[in-house]
Amino acid sequence: MNLKTMRAGKYRSNGGFFGDCIEWLDARLPLSAFWRKHFSEYLVPKNLNFWYFFGSIALVVLLMQIVTGIFLAMSYQPDATPNADGIPVAFASVEYIMRDVNWGWLIRTTHSTGASAFFFVVYLHIFRCMLYGSYRKPRELLWIVGVVIFYALMAEAFTGYVLPWGQMSFWAAQVITDLASAFPFFGTALADWVRGDFSVGGATLGRFFALHVVALPLALILLVVLHLVALREVGSNNPDGFEAQKRVNVEGTLLDGVSFHPYYTVKEVFALSVFLLVFFSLVFFAPEGGGYFLETENFLPADPLKTPEYIKPLWYFTPFYSMLRAMTRPLLGVDAKLLGVLAMNGAVGVLVFLPWLDRAPVRSIRHRGPVFKVMLSLFVASFLTLGFLGAKPPEYVLWGAIPGAPIARAATFFYYFYFLAMPWWSKIDLCAQETQAA
Amino acid sequence: MTPMTTRAALLAFCLFLPFQSFGGAALPTAPEVPRDALQEGAELFVNECQTCHGLSFVRFGQLAELGFSEKEIAEKLLAGAPGEFMRVAAKRDDQKRWFGVAPPDLSLTVRAHASSEGSGADWLYAYLRSFRRDDASPTGWNNDVFTKVAMPHVLWRMQDATNPEEGAADALSPEDYDRRVATLVGFLAWAGDPHAALRKRVGIGVVAFLLVFSALAYALKREYWRDITGDRRQETGGR
Repeated sequence: MNLKTMRAGKYRSNGGFFGDCIEWLDARLPLSAFWRKHFSEYLVPKNLNFWYFFGSIALVVLLMQIVTGIFLAMSYQPDATPNADGIPVAFASVEYIMRDVNWGWLIRTTHSTGASAFFFVVYLHIFRCMLYGSYRKPRELLWIVGVVIFYALMAEAFTGYVLPWGQMSFWAAQVITDLASAFPFFGTALADWVRGDFSVGGATLGRFFALHVVALPLALILLVVLHLVALREVGSNNPDGFEAQKRVNVEGTLLDGVSFHPYYTVKEVFALSVFLLVFFSLVFFAPEGGGYFLETENFLPADPLKTPEYIKPLWYFTPFYSMLRAMTRPLLGVDAKLLGVLAMNGAVGVLVFLPWLDRAPVRSIRHRGPVFKVMLSLFVASFLTLGFLGAKPPEYVLWGAIPGAPIARAATFFYYFYFLAMPWWSKIDLCAQETQAA
Repeated sequence: MTPMTTRAALLAFCLFLPFQSFGGAALPTAPEVPRDALQEGAELFVNECQTCHGLSFVRFGQLAELGFSEKEIAEKLLAGAPGEFMRVAAKRDDQKRWFGVAPPDLSLTVRAHASSEGSGADWLYAYLRSFRRDDASPTGWNNDVFTKVAMPHVLWRMQDATNPEEGAADALSPEDYDRRVATLVGFLAWAGDPHAALRKRVGIGVVAFLLVFSALAYALKREYWRDITGDRRQETGGR
């Protein structure tokens, strides 16, 4: 498509068949207007660095999960009853995909590795916002929609993890659905309602399948569209944190911005190809990811009579799992289990308030003082520590000397301290003046 | 190195950090078995293991991938139709009655036994070489890798150390026993992930394509961004 003819308004054909088709369509749909608004004339700050790639990569991973998921759903059977060999039909259907469906092994390992890649990319995307203050006014709603997407993604990952009906699938479902029973009065009834039974079973598998392939993907797609619409309204933040929208020249075009297409489309194609290089290296050469993408215990079919020695989630949930386990004593009349559930959920929930907790006069780490840099480093350290300890048994001892449990408790405390004390420490920090890029 | 590449390198390092295993008592590594020796492992499995253990996800026809001809599969391995699964002849309920527990299906046993101590193949190789006599156990056997295992030492005749007859005809030397066990382990590793060889072959092509594509994408990006970074103006003398 020629950019010049597009700028003029409606698309004009050059007389060829393809051109005629575009002209016919554009006369009836706002095609060229959409292209201009969202690509060729959408202005983006020109100083974005590699941290800004992860949003578009996450979108590609979502599409990849949807496409591979469609093909998996064609052969997967959400049936917990044992087959003639005593293996649950759901588990056997996953192996059928891995062995007998043409290229099924590729589709399945792309989907399972894709789940881990999704979280990896999304964690970096969220961290980018924390580095450069992308959640600050006027991007509060963009940020909050993002937090809701993260919640939906966690639910999507968890329900998907249960579907292969392996040992860890089954017991993780048992542990997580049982958390609902921590609530007083209605807790037990809530847990039974979530499971559809008094313990995890065929009813649970059926509803998790419905949620995983219909309800949650629909919610995710709608939320992602909302996220993008909000982004188009307020525009991208940038590593220097200044408002790129403010500096315009006499013609009214942005001084610090470039059009999304072609400048950022070519840049993101490059970023995406590097991502795919790493991603497919893992898919083809380490599909189990050393037990981080596909756990070894999950190669055993679900057995309700045999509890595994250690029940632990996949790596992307371990920081939150650590917080759940860190609460071992009741506090203010709230019992330990409920405290754990609240700590785990609150860890994501508290992110919603971040735009109002941050009182610094500047956005970006580039202009913020030492307090922010120390606090953010400690925050990252405590999050990674929680993640590490969450993958270990609760009685794990670091370097054979330091017990892990109090460390996890301290890290949980710091995680909350970072957010809840932010109005204080972000204000006393010595910040530099925000400067405009040359 | 520019700060950007330093940061990218740090990020890459952190990405691969979790894949490093830290410590843990290591199991001896199971020897690599050449593809054609897996036939020996398949025969051993059919003759010694399949009476009790199934490979209910593997079809007899798939054994052709190990180099067996159709006739060999039918005669040596007493198989049914090529599309049939390598299941156990006995009924599960009967097995439960006989042994207390039904012996597990072995299709995924190698993948299910990987740990920080070694691969699943390493575990199985160690397990099959660690049986010893134990009068206190109901089967008369115990295992150092899997204590109180329900399975007796099925291969006891082959292992010189566990065959009580001095110089028994079917007892193998320790080296030969280890080699035979390795073929069985190799066969079960293949059964756990039969497309592994194809996967690696396709993977090399995909990675090669993505390397070329990334290089081209980078060149394209650089060309476009010259408009912004101002390199073009310098090159053409400030125009």
